[in-house]
Amino acid sequence: MKNLFLTFKKYQYLLFQLVKKDIKLKYRSSYMGVLWTLLEPLLTMMVLVLVFSKLYHNTKDFPVYILTGRLLYSFFANTTRASLKSVRANAGMIKKVYVPKYMYPFASVLSGYIQFLISLVVLAGVAVFCDIQPTGHLVEALVPLSIILVLTMGAGLWLSTLAVFFRDLEYLWGVALTLIMYACAIFYKVETVIGENNEWLFRLNPLYSVIENFRDAIYGRAMNVPVMLYSLGFSLVLFFSGLIVFYKNQDKFILHL
Amino acid sequence: MSETVLTVDNVSVKYRLTEQKVDDLKDYLIKLFKRELRYKEFLALQEVSFSLERGDRLAIMGLNGAGKSTLLKVIAGVLKASEGKVTKHGKVVPLLELGAGFDMQYTGSENIYLYGAMLGYSKAFLDEKYNEIVEFAELGDFINVPVKNYSSGMKARLGFSIATIVEPDILILDEVLSVGDAKFKKKSEKKIMDMFDKGITVLFVSHNEQQVKNICTKGILLEHGKLTAAGPVDEVLEKYKKLTE
Repeated sequence: MKNLFLTFKKYQYLLFQLVKKDIKLKYRSSYMGVLWTLLEPLLTMMVLVLVFSKLYHNTKDFPVYILTGRLLYSFFANTTRASLKSVRANAGMIKKVYVPKYMYPFASVLSGYIQFLISLVVLAGVAVFCDIQPTGHLVEALVPLSIILVLTMGAGLWLSTLAVFFRDLEYLWGVALTLIMYACAIFYKVETVIGENNEWLFRLNPLYSVIENFRDAIYGRAMNVPVMLYSLGFSLVLFFSGLIVFYKNQDKFILHL
Repeated sequence: MSETVLTVDNVSVKYRLTEQKVDDLKDYLIKLFKRELRYKEFLALQEVSFSLERGDRLAIMGLNGAGKSTLLKVIAGVLKASEGKVTKHGKVVPLLELGAGFDMQYTGSENIYLYGAMLGYSKAFLDEKYNEIVEFAELGDFINVPVKNYSSGMKARLGFSIATIVEPDILILDEVLSVGDAKFKKKSEKKIMDMFDKGITVLFVSHNEQQVKNICTKGILLEHGKLTAAGPVDEVLEKYKKLTE
């Protein structure tokens, strides 16, 4: 355990470098740079509002409802996709120099998280525009924002390990992500789809639970604690099982890359 | 005054791979249900033992597929031995396929920090050595250009300069003594020779007899993963030659 900590310390500069590289390269060749992090969710939100506000509900806060779901979901989707590929993408290096291999999925998740946090600026702007007043409950947003990081890291560790052995996982995960998206209630309200009493079905999806907690905090409602505990428990189990699976298999990676 | 810097103790490497390559989930499940998942065991190294003292320069000889690269990977720490143990004292730096760790989109100077971080150096250390690296690589203004626009000689020069910025205790050379043009070749050879003089330990894989004779003091011979000869370089080279006849 102490050893683990020491190697982490020795290689933390590498982690920093990998995160920096991810972010830097993503925006280097684009004219507007980091502005895209803000513009992209704003544009998709506008499309969704345009399409769905007529269909479902024409409330004034609908853009905020969509944006909260959409930002959290796309962080999860983009980042798990990136960490799935992370070990494979660095095969050349893994075969030559010893580096703690968990650095690669960790770096993917962290760089995604930083971009996600930046994109929250859009949410703040839209919330002000929609007349949503910040309340004391806004602080509680930190809880789902931390849980989603653990959840994504857990998923990233599992996926990056499995993707070494199974190349088609990338496509399967793409399909799974579509399913997860529809199970996240991004552009509709759960009550209108399956009725108020059946909301627990959606809450089985830990990502939906996180989104619900986050929405409550933004809208100034008290946190639904059981829902929060469920997603926290799920995320911790996923994270630690992911760590174990990664550790148990990492010595075999090199034979399959 | 001799000091053991590397001990390879009874190292075996066993690969357990499926007979046909199964690398997607669909194939895996189909084969699993049809019970066609057969594994083949393959011993890449069998009970190899030797040790090196500071200043030894070891040639690892053997035909293709004898396990030379596997042995180097085990010593570099990227491949774990199935059995046995490798004990290292000091820093091991591999000079394998120079420049393989570069990010092509990144500029030369960014790659210095990235590659350096992979080798386990700190930011402060790289800051301090930055000028030295740039100067030795002779890249001039190209240091701020993405590496994808480099010629292969430039990449090799940069890789060499970063990897040799500290004097490693154990240097792994995999047929890469000659990088760049004649001028840089001379310079890099001189740098390696200087390191030799300071008494670093070298592991060298090459099929070039002349180079082996010039560089190495000791040799080992691998045949099908087994160590069949060890000793002074001339003796082992003789045996290797017999093998090739």
